Amino acid sequence: MNEKYIVRSAKVASRLLEGEMMIMSAADSTLFNLNKVATLIWQAADGRTPLSEIVQSRICREFDVRLDVAYRDAEAFVHELASHGILTVLDQPVAASGAPEKPWA
Amino acid sequence: MSADVSHPIAKLAVDRESEAVVVEVGGLPIEFRTNHPPFRRLIERRYAGFLNPSARPACRFEIRLTRSARGIEQDVRVFKVGSTWCLERGDFQAELDLRTCEGSIRQSGNPYSLDSVLRITHSLLLAREGGFLLHAASAIRKDRSFVFAGVSGAGKTTMIRIAPADLTVLTDEVSYVRRAGQRYRAYGTPFAGEWARSGANLSAPLDTVFFLEKATANRVDSISPRAAASALLRHILFFAEDADLVRGVFDSAVEFVSRVNTARLAFQPDASIWGLVG
Repeated sequence: MNEKYIVRSAKVASRLLEGEMMIMSAADSTLFNLNKVATLIWQAADGRTPLSEIVQSRICREFDVRLDVAYRDAEAFVHELASHGILTVLDQPVAASGAPEKPWA
Repeated sequence: MSADVSHPIAKLAVDRESEAVVVEVGGLPIEFRTNHPPFRRLIERRYAGFLNPSARPACRFEIRLTRSARGIEQDVRVFKVGSTWCLERGDFQAELDLRTCEGSIRQSGNPYSLDSVLRITHSLLLAREGGFLLHAASAIRKDRSFVFAGVSGAGKTTMIRIAPADLTVLTDEVSYVRRAGQRYRAYGTPFAGEWARSGANLSAPLDTVFFLEKATANRVDSISPRAAASALLRHILFFAEDADLVRGVFDSAVEFVSRVNTARLAFQPDASIWGLVG
């Protein structure tokens, strides 16, 4: 399995309300309401932590769900958010500068 | 030294000065200048009750009338180039420089074009201070204001039509909300819906925002801050393609629901609903 890394877009406004994240796209004002699981993924989307680790350490630990099932759902979720431009899915972690790290660097 | 207004040049200066009309909505005066006296009179009639010639304008527009063949069907576009806001629709083009607060409008003689420019300008000015225009009716009762937000057909105008006599209508279509310290006030606007009348040029501390829902019985339901923020954002009039301003409006809406009562108002067209409001 190729690792995936997720990073939140800078072009959004977000606020945690009642334990769940509300996100507004600054590009087209679309509003997203995340549930508790999606909120955990969003909060962990630092561009450095592999998605598999986020799922294992945040989702499976907190909710009673199998890793493969949770990972499949998480993958679908992050790709959906990416299609709206509020999250980016990468094959490698971002560097401290915010750019993807070169594997040979 | 006093000016000799009998001199032709002095007379011209006085006439030009008199072409300015200051329209004050929500305590924010905006000056319009036109060299077309019939259009100036049209503005004065359209915004009667909201004119304040002695106010110091927050911004000024020079209006040039054109023969625009295009109508209002086209979507409005609001975008920023440097420090200048550009407002465009089929029937108008306007610019406003935020540094100088000077702008220009090219439009047909249709007063509804100016209505749109005025609403957009206010939405931009309010966004900087945590306020907003809301697709909502509003009214004052017992020195407190109540706002009724809803899409077209939700019952905004109906709420106004069945209102008791002791109520002062602020608008049946576009409500004006401004932050005042840690609280908010609702102001009257000249923007009317099916009621077809300007609201009163008054304001009062905002008590509650109700989100309207047609039903077979009257009922007030509590609503979570999260649901209120989502509902509020659906009804805020906001047009600008600008990331910073979108973020600002989002933050304003979340801040607003943390400070103001919000509820869902299920109602049937029956005056008894006002017994549940306040």
